[in-house]
Amino acid sequence: MAARAEAIRIEGLRKSFGELEVLKGVSLLAHEGDVVAIIGGSGSGKSTMLRCINFLETPSSGRIVIAGEEIALRADGTPSSRRQIEHARRRLGMVFQQFNLWTHKTVLENLIEVPVHVLGVPRAEAVERARKLLARVGLAEKADVYPAYLSGGQQQRAAIARALAIEPRAMLFDEPTSALDPELVGEVLGVIRDLAAEGRTMILVTHEMKFAREVASHVIYLHNGVIEEEGPPEQLFGAPRSERLKQFLKSVG
Amino acid sequence: MRLYPHRILLILLAAALVVWCAVSLRWDWLPKYLPLIAEGIWRTVWILVVTAVLGFLLAIPLGLAQAAGPWVLAAPARAFCTVIRGTPLLLQLWLLYYGLGSLFPQYPWIRGSELWPYLRQAWPYAVLALTLSFAGYEGEVMRGAFRSVPRGQLEAAKAMGMPRLTILRRIWLPQAIQRALPTLGGETVLQLKATPLVATITVVDIYAVAGRVRQDTFIVYEPLLLLAVVYMLITGVLVLGFRWLEQRRPAKVA
Repeated sequence: MAARAEAIRIEGLRKSFGELEVLKGVSLLAHEGDVVAIIGGSGSGKSTMLRCINFLETPSSGRIVIAGEEIALRADGTPSSRRQIEHARRRLGMVFQQFNLWTHKTVLENLIEVPVHVLGVPRAEAVERARKLLARVGLAEKADVYPAYLSGGQQQRAAIARALAIEPRAMLFDEPTSALDPELVGEVLGVIRDLAAEGRTMILVTHEMKFAREVASHVIYLHNGVIEEEGPPEQLFGAPRSERLKQFLKSVG
Repeated sequence: MRLYPHRILLILLAAALVVWCAVSLRWDWLPKYLPLIAEGIWRTVWILVVTAVLGFLLAIPLGLAQAAGPWVLAAPARAFCTVIRGTPLLLQLWLLYYGLGSLFPQYPWIRGSELWPYLRQAWPYAVLALTLSFAGYEGEVMRGAFRSVPRGQLEAAKAMGMPRLTILRRIWLPQAIQRALPTLGGETVLQLKATPLVATITVVDIYAVAGRVRQDTFIVYEPLLLLAVVYMLITGVLVLGFRWLEQRRPAKVA
């Protein structure tokens, strides 16, 4: 296989909230085109791990390298340059559990906000690109609607389109279907599946085991802030070695 | 609107009241004082607009400091809002006018400064007092408004690499203002009705004009009626203006 560039590398990441150590030295390596699924019970630290990648949480220690660029950290883990963090964040499209669309802007305005006002893309070009993205996630006719008038599934698809609008090197999904009614989960997973199929780099925190098994190229099982087991999905789901993972898979069905 | 019998009756009653006011009350002083009345209305309106705008601009940092600032900024902001809201506006106005106003002339460098022609007049003190008062009240309103914007939306902006000032300008502030608008509309109407206090420090607003008419002509009731109509008209314009502002954005922001 031709050597693919590294997209995201995490080494020895630790994170404490006060006394509580949530991540106890976890590592991750995603090359371009990889889909890494992070699974684990609640409180396992999987969301925190994802949020450390774009510094929504400040790591306590560890190395984080985004697209070959190491984020300089001070001894206490805080990034030493806000500009560098902002630059790194613009290469990562993040999708949240609660969608977090900007409610005072229409769907189209949500999509062009960062391209136009942060990245300096000419408005006409940003609008054209946004409309294409909306068509791809099946929301072409919702461009001028405010988020409050969309269903949860539509909001999440719009949020995915918004994240794609900054043309990120990798996508981060933080339990993207957990806040959705069961009948709306499918439409969002469909969009994510398409992204995986076109070779997008993605880190995906999810409770959807079937989906993780289907789209992931690599699965990480996190337990109490430690990577308990990791490997290709067939191995993790088909032949789990650790007792905890077996238990976990049994409990989530 | 359908013309139900009771509505017709009310309209007739109102019309009769107006006619009665026009016919049986004395309005012969009106033409003579018309220029002064126009001047008074103009002064009331610009004092309201200037102090509400300046006060609101001050309220933004006051609210932001309390909602999200470090304590070195939050504590003074809170103290300011508490003091302003805890004392009568009339007292603030007099403290500034009689306090600063009598302090300034003692300093030759102030008397010699370019600002002196303004500082020896009353209106700068009126504007300052009303501005600070509006800032104090609206600072509290904006504190709540900033806090009411969902964290997740700010986080989404952060996650896309938006610089902090851009987040404030493009995401946080617009939504805070949108959420505060109904309150701000009401507070601006209250600000209008605080403006007559400036008459106590010799600023001739529409309220002072009514007083002048009474002094000159000994007519008491008619100028007061005129005052009521003027304030109600300005209030109407304010209410309509804020309603228009509110309707520019979707009502559902959840």
